[in-house]
Amino acid sequence: MVITAKIDVKDHDLLDALRGLFKNILAKEDVNAILAPCRLPTKKMVMPTLLTDPVSLNSVDPLSPAFPMNNAKIVSRLTRKPSGGTIAAVMRPCEIRAFVELVKLKQARTDKLIRIGIDCLGAMGNRDYLNWAGENGDGAANTFAAQVLSGKTPDMGSVEPAQACQSCELPVAEGADISIGFFGVDTRQQILVQALTDKGGHLLESLDLSAAEEPASRRKEIERLISERTTFRDNMFAETAGKTDSVEKLSAYLAGCVNCYNCRVACPVCYCRECVFVTDVFDHEPNQYLRWARKKGAVKMPTDTLLYHITRLAHMSTACVGCGQCTNACPNDIAIMPLFRMIAYNTQRAFNYEAGKNPEEMPPLSEFKEDEFAEIVGIHN
Amino acid sequence: MDDNFEPTILAFFCNWCTYTAADLAGTSRLSYPPNIKIIRVMCSGMVDPKYVIKALLEGADGVLVSGCNPGDCHYINGNFKARRRIKLLKEILPSFGFEPERLRLTWIAASDGVLLAETLQELVAQIKTLGPSQARMQLVG
Repeated sequence: MVITAKIDVKDHDLLDALRGLFKNILAKEDVNAILAPCRLPTKKMVMPTLLTDPVSLNSVDPLSPAFPMNNAKIVSRLTRKPSGGTIAAVMRPCEIRAFVELVKLKQARTDKLIRIGIDCLGAMGNRDYLNWAGENGDGAANTFAAQVLSGKTPDMGSVEPAQACQSCELPVAEGADISIGFFGVDTRQQILVQALTDKGGHLLESLDLSAAEEPASRRKEIERLISERTTFRDNMFAETAGKTDSVEKLSAYLAGCVNCYNCRVACPVCYCRECVFVTDVFDHEPNQYLRWARKKGAVKMPTDTLLYHITRLAHMSTACVGCGQCTNACPNDIAIMPLFRMIAYNTQRAFNYEAGKNPEEMPPLSEFKEDEFAEIVGIHN
Repeated sequence: MDDNFEPTILAFFCNWCTYTAADLAGTSRLSYPPNIKIIRVMCSGMVDPKYVIKALLEGADGVLVSGCNPGDCHYINGNFKARRRIKLLKEILPSFGFEPERLRLTWIAASDGVLLAETLQELVAQIKTLGPSQARMQLVG
């Protein structure tokens, strides 16, 4: 059952209201730490930070359009074994979805974790954010949030939000224990706090917040966002398909790839503990390269760039949550996300699966039935 | 189409059913085209998707994975795993211009030497009609 409450916003300071809520949560006996995006004094970048001191919560900033990494991996690191305490983690919706995938793969656990999901205001690419982030951090975060929430295009100079965020049709945290709502809420006055699970409900009740109703405008605003993003997404898919529909075009699309594998490191759902591409399997003998070169007349080095990307698609596309960290991590500005999301959309649809949605549903390549996909067997189809 | 086109088709045959069927075809003096290059694997369920991807990127004109009939797998359900992986690949590879007909999955039992020879003959004919794979004609890396 959903329990809905609100917190008041004073002086239009959304960030201050959120910090107040997190302090309130951390003060609870059964919450030992909060993991939240923080703007640490020495850094312009906002990074996931594990906090136990209420004073340090003053640097928490989940509003800034910074998304240096998908924190599902961090939460996995904190929960894969008992940590000796309960952690409340502030997560974007795509971080929660990636986390759900890791839980299914038994690389993360939910028992000593409270997921605090926030309505996602979107983010910029890493480089764009670092250029944009001014000295006046809190002010910039609040202004950015106010602009996004008033439905205006935020003033980011020549910078655009990341493509992943512009094409994201799941901006609300559905898999959270507690969800913090901005969309369709008059955030100059208040923020919506909703408990979506029993665990969340238990915590919310102990916070003594004033009860509230979800405003009717919320559903409508979310629907508007989804339809806008879906249009963007479909155009992005069409454009990407046109650029990659043959091996020749795909080669050109990935031409800048230097096999650094940063996209795999940044990917929250690239689940292999050791990637085959960094093992001996691809550490060929020098004479092997020479033989290939002799046979074909030329061999591009490093080898197997396309094999790497297509294999990664075979591994993780059914778990892809579209967070865009692959694009973010690419040193040569290859638009990986549109390609991977496009294929992920197809593979997830083929298995009637939606990454990160239903924790009870097995990943498509982890279960198999006797009676299925008969249409792909044989040579007459 | 080049009339002299001889396709290269890589075939992953499971040790217990399809490979035994190929053996039977041989001892029964049934012939099938030499375009098929057989790789014996213990189970169709051990055919890693990247074997298929690698073969197609290296210029194979077709890939055939063949195992035991449903219910006959010597490892209980390896063939069902293979089927899901082929399903997955069939969602990915056509997006990059590989015709779906270049990747095939069949179940051929150990006693089906005749079916095996017929299937391979027909498969080669199909791929000949399709023509050389796009990857054969260029340097893929």
